[in-house]
Amino acid sequence: MTKTGHSATCEEVQKLHPLYFNIVRKRYWWFAISLLIIIPGIISLFMQGLNLGIDYKGGTMLDVTFNKAVSQSAISDTMKSVGLEGHVQLSNSDTTALIRTEALEEEKRSELLTALETQVGEYDKASLKEDKVGPAMGQELTRNAIYALIIAMGMMIIYITFRFQFGFAISAILALLHDVFVVVGIFSLFQWEIDATFVAAILTIVGYSINDTVIIFDRIRENEPKMKRGDSYQDMVDKSIWQTMRRSINTVTTVLISLFAVFILGGESTRMFSLAMLIGVFCGAYSSIFIASQILLEIKIRLKKMPRTGS
Amino acid sequence: MLQAEPNKNGVPITNSDMDKAKAIIAKRVNDLGVSEPIVQADYNNKRIIVDLAGVTDPDKAVDILKTTAKLTLRDAQGNVLLKGDELTDAKGGQDPTNAGGFVVNLTFSTDGAKKFADLTTKYLGQPIGIYLDEKLLTNPKVDTPVLNGQAYINGYATLEAAANHAVLMRSGSLPVSMSIAEKRQVGASLGVDSLNKSIHAGIYSLIFIFLFMLVFYRLPGVVADFSLIVYTLIVLWAFWSFRVVLTLPGIAGFILSIGMAVDFNIIIYERVKEEIRAGKSIRAGVESGFSRAFITVIDAHVTTLIAAITLYIFGSGSIKGFALTLGIGIIVSLFTAITFTRQVLRWTVGINPKMKTFWFGLRGDV
Repeated sequence: MTKTGHSATCEEVQKLHPLYFNIVRKRYWWFAISLLIIIPGIISLFMQGLNLGIDYKGGTMLDVTFNKAVSQSAISDTMKSVGLEGHVQLSNSDTTALIRTEALEEEKRSELLTALETQVGEYDKASLKEDKVGPAMGQELTRNAIYALIIAMGMMIIYITFRFQFGFAISAILALLHDVFVVVGIFSLFQWEIDATFVAAILTIVGYSINDTVIIFDRIRENEPKMKRGDSYQDMVDKSIWQTMRRSINTVTTVLISLFAVFILGGESTRMFSLAMLIGVFCGAYSSIFIASQILLEIKIRLKKMPRTGS
Repeated sequence: MLQAEPNKNGVPITNSDMDKAKAIIAKRVNDLGVSEPIVQADYNNKRIIVDLAGVTDPDKAVDILKTTAKLTLRDAQGNVLLKGDELTDAKGGQDPTNAGGFVVNLTFSTDGAKKFADLTTKYLGQPIGIYLDEKLLTNPKVDTPVLNGQAYINGYATLEAAANHAVLMRSGSLPVSMSIAEKRQVGASLGVDSLNKSIHAGIYSLIFIFLFMLVFYRLPGVVADFSLIVYTLIVLWAFWSFRVVLTLPGIAGFILSIGMAVDFNIIIYERVKEEIRAGKSIRAGVESGFSRAFITVIDAHVTTLIAAITLYIFGSGSIKGFALTLGIGIIVSLFTAITFTRQVLRWTVGINPKMKTFWFGLRGDV
């Protein structure tokens, strides 16, 4: 391990990549692009908030017993035909359906029940039960998720500071927050419905983002002591990014294509989940290269300048 | 599905009672671990609906809901003096005798007040421990006999600390008594057809990843594919032995760990390629490439593992499930790489150390 083979120069690294361009020099463009997405997202978050689904708002729970066995998709389709969405669970050898949907007015309720009768089958009117239920994903759970995430970020800062430097830790966490805000912002902008799976998607994005960033930081850490007198930090970061570029592209391609398969073929109930993950993973890969490394560079340049102006 | 219903005992049940009961039940359900529960309150009918995934024995679950977090008052020898259901309320507040301090105010039921009066007379000057199950919460000393059922525990530095203890003491007993109104087993809420579709989509993605690794990394790609199969088998075995219930957040954690395992392989082979390109023999390239890639990956894996552990400790419900599958996945990924991938890669090189670099995904001219 004393002599790892590649003390490649910038030129050698450039030659290996037909698409080479100087990422570092254009860093203010990358910052601008990210802000262009995040700022409208945050404004929208404050103005119109998130479109929370029944998992967060609560709603009506209907208990319907049909005269014959029914299928989950038949009921879901019927609900969609009257403009409703929700969870359907079957029991009693598929004759009893437990339907959870948004809070229903009298009119909407009878519309749904008529539609169920004509499109799915006769049901037993005497045993029909209706309950109003509170949210399943209570505020506590969301708040708990946020607290847990903040503690996790603190722990990650400590570890990265320990293994790298504090500047690396701050850059990595900023890139991670960038990814979370892009996803939450886009969901708010387009008012896509947030269901219980959203929290899981955000957690996954956090995990992916930090993993991806640390890999590139590792290369910067490795190249840093090899810098010769007169080498600029900019060139070193640019070189490190391009040395890991093949890996970055290969990994993100495999993950994105897998997620895309789930998004296209996975059916209704996992669609929002895979959509959030698609955006988040793309963002996580982008931010490792174009945001995290560049923030680190900015921190390094500024820290270097300070003692010099002082003397 | 379990439903609990408060008994009609004359006292009207308020929505805040329901919220309190819901919070307590949610807390107890969370202690079940990986079950990722849904707990909903139905204010009109004064009911609480609990959804537990993967519980095959609903009676056992009901038992746990009923039995966890019992509050008891005990003497120094651990003998139970008073049970938590005699405690009607516990609230954080200001110390009436010392302006800077904070206290937990305790209110006992009429019956409990009598017992508590006897106790405090008998144990004057001695400590009485307050236990949650077998855990000592606090151990205050009796300063004066309390005869009216209104006691307080002093010595808290902040209001928050006092309030936290108050919540724990309150949650020892439910505000309303609950009985099981109904329980039944239902199918999955993540549509069965949708789940099947997602599994199909997952299989297509895996086939794609396998082909991708083969085309891009050739011989090491074969090793990678075998490593991934071994990896998946070990993870599934671990899930089975930890009795992990796979709900969507759990699956998400699993997917992320697969992604990281694939990434691990990609990092190793890219590094090996770099080393060979820099003029090393294949054998030396594999050795130094693997060692260096391992340093890279260990930091990435440990960072994510720290996040997973933190989420597992501080998270609740579905967050715990996510953290558990992710954590298992990461540990297995490291284990598989060290034991399996490295060894098989060595054997492969050992068959013919002079093989063309083409088989390692390098262009022939390098």
